[in-house]
Amino acid sequence: MLLPAIIIVPFAAGVLALLIRADGPRRALLVVAAGLHLALSLFAATHDVPPAWGGLLIFDALGRLFLCLASILFSASAVYALGYLRAEEAGPRPDFVEGTLFVNAPEARFTACLLFFLAAMSLVCTTRHLGLLWVGVEATTLASAPLIYFHRQRRSLEATWKYLMICSVGIALALFGNILLTAAVGGEAGGVQSMNVADLVRRAADIREPWFQAAFICILVGYGTKMGLAPMHTWLPDAHSEAPSIVSALLSGALLNCAFLGILRVVEVGAAAGQAAFAMDLLVLFGLLSMTLAAVFIVGQGDFKRLLAYSSVEHMGLLALGVGLGGGAVFGAMLHAVNHSLAKAGLFLLAGNILAAFHTKSAHDVRGVVRVMPVTGVFWLAGFLAITGTPPFGLFVSEFAIVRQAMLGGRYLVAGLMLASLAAIFAGFSIAVLRMAQGTPPPSFRRPPGGERLTSIVSPVVLCAATAVLGVYIPSSLTRFLVEAARATGLPLGGLP
Amino acid sequence: MQLWLDAVFVLIMLTNLSLLAASRMRLIIRAAAIQGVLLGLLPLLFSLEGSLAANLGFSAFVLGIKGLGFPWLLTRTCRRVRITPEIEPYIGYNFSVILGIVGLLVSLWLEHRLDLPVRVSGLSVSAAFMTIFSGFLLVVSRKKAVTQVIGYLAAENGIFLFGLSLAPHGPMWLELCVLLDIFVAVFVMGIAIHNIGREFDSVDIGAVDSLKD
Repeated sequence: MLLPAIIIVPFAAGVLALLIRADGPRRALLVVAAGLHLALSLFAATHDVPPAWGGLLIFDALGRLFLCLASILFSASAVYALGYLRAEEAGPRPDFVEGTLFVNAPEARFTACLLFFLAAMSLVCTTRHLGLLWVGVEATTLASAPLIYFHRQRRSLEATWKYLMICSVGIALALFGNILLTAAVGGEAGGVQSMNVADLVRRAADIREPWFQAAFICILVGYGTKMGLAPMHTWLPDAHSEAPSIVSALLSGALLNCAFLGILRVVEVGAAAGQAAFAMDLLVLFGLLSMTLAAVFIVGQGDFKRLLAYSSVEHMGLLALGVGLGGGAVFGAMLHAVNHSLAKAGLFLLAGNILAAFHTKSAHDVRGVVRVMPVTGVFWLAGFLAITGTPPFGLFVSEFAIVRQAMLGGRYLVAGLMLASLAAIFAGFSIAVLRMAQGTPPPSFRRPPGGERLTSIVSPVVLCAATAVLGVYIPSSLTRFLVEAARATGLPLGGLP
Repeated sequence: MQLWLDAVFVLIMLTNLSLLAASRMRLIIRAAAIQGVLLGLLPLLFSLEGSLAANLGFSAFVLGIKGLGFPWLLTRTCRRVRITPEIEPYIGYNFSVILGIVGLLVSLWLEHRLDLPVRVSGLSVSAAFMTIFSGFLLVVSRKKAVTQVIGYLAAENGIFLFGLSLAPHGPMWLELCVLLDIFVAVFVMGIAIHNIGREFDSVDIGAVDSLKD
């Protein structure tokens, strides 16, 4: 009953949140549900959990990894939301870009959608049935679209529409790919066709090559749209920059991983069918494209939330690249997913603090963050170093593992392009972030009363600190966990520890 | 049975053309509704596994959602945002229909060329491909948000048909979950369109383009 509980607890809490009128108990419910979900997920990840729902829900190493990440980030966001929601209490407020007045969506609906979103992500992580996985991924889109439109003004509405439309059409393509995949193993008419990854792997010898390839392309493009791989990423910068910061943190740190999981499931089938090279080449291609394009848009980016959004495109590219290179890079990609989620969620939450204090998203108009908000400022700098892969942070270790594999495999062009993109991204980030952190605040700036709230700094501080720790010390249990996850992709890993 | 099936497939192809040719909101929603009803008949004609009662139930569910539910949601959205009746395409109706016919020819050729892993009945795969193509064409070539949703639905219809033809023994619960997802999707899109109409005084997607680098 543990696996269904992981999905049902947040869902039930979401329904409850719609019914509770008072703000205080509802916020408490959010934190309690998040804590309960985290406890359940961590317990399930460290114990043997029996399958449920007739084998539809199964917990494997990849699912464990991404579910724990989503749950950790959700808990961090829930704590942050306590202070955020209090500061966002009802009433019209001026939009600092257009100067018009807007109101927020009802808080009960926002909280409920957050919890439904968690339930949908949990479903994605706990199933190995490709059909149910698709249902879960589509459900994440539907639950998170209202979250982006929390601030009821034009720009967030536009972002919501783009997100809904582009992701729905993209995911429709993934559904098409899933049907092709079941047809690829179809054999003669009347055969029982299961969409369970385990079944597909077992019958991998029957898979028809061209059908698998067509299916993989459709699924890669479909889930790649949701994951934010270039050139299908166009919704991502808009949605991440217009959503409230806790939502951006969850979208970037948890949701993109879930879409990646959808691709990895099919990679596993492909590896069993002898199509690993085909799948890996495509992943390398999309990975490099994403990194290059992110570098182009990050250099000279004037909006600091868009900066973080394009950085997500870059890191999703790195994940695809890591898996595409195979060998030690698959392990690197798994470690990178952990590091990126922690660091990026922390940065988005800090960006939320800066936005709340300075009332602008323009990196040109924010000055002196370190002086007026010492904790936020210092960790904003630390987070910048972390996300650009500077030692001693964890992202350096994982990026190094990926580059190393590229070099070992003799793919110098890939390694060169990757390093060039990383260098350009570092430069682009440093210009914006250093300018924001240093100097004196603009004369119009008014210090927020009461200084920095505890709830708004504790989550990002913990997340950034965790990334720093992972740079110098990876617990052996985590290593084992990640190796298992890398093995679960079914790709050739070479001499992995 | 084959004759009936092929008749339904031909009718589905015709509804695609009328989706592309429709110049009024009322007409395009009606075409989408007819397509939904036709798709609702298919589970019965396909003689899927399971009891007749289960197939009847499934058929009724598909018909209810695709033939009645979606058109109702779309009409309601149009009424609430007081939409103008014109479709406003980026490309002309005649040209759209010609593209649709080209899509049909390509689909027929593709079905002929494909080495289908399972035996499928007559025109089903061509009809599926053409429906998906027409749907995507509507999404990119029409200005109004509502017509984009109709295009998305048509594409989903095509994928549904493709699934029925290639994997007719897939689990029914899955089809139901997928339908439920799409129903919620259209519902959420309807709310979004309502808000777009209120905020922008227009549901013309061309006007919604302030976010860029």
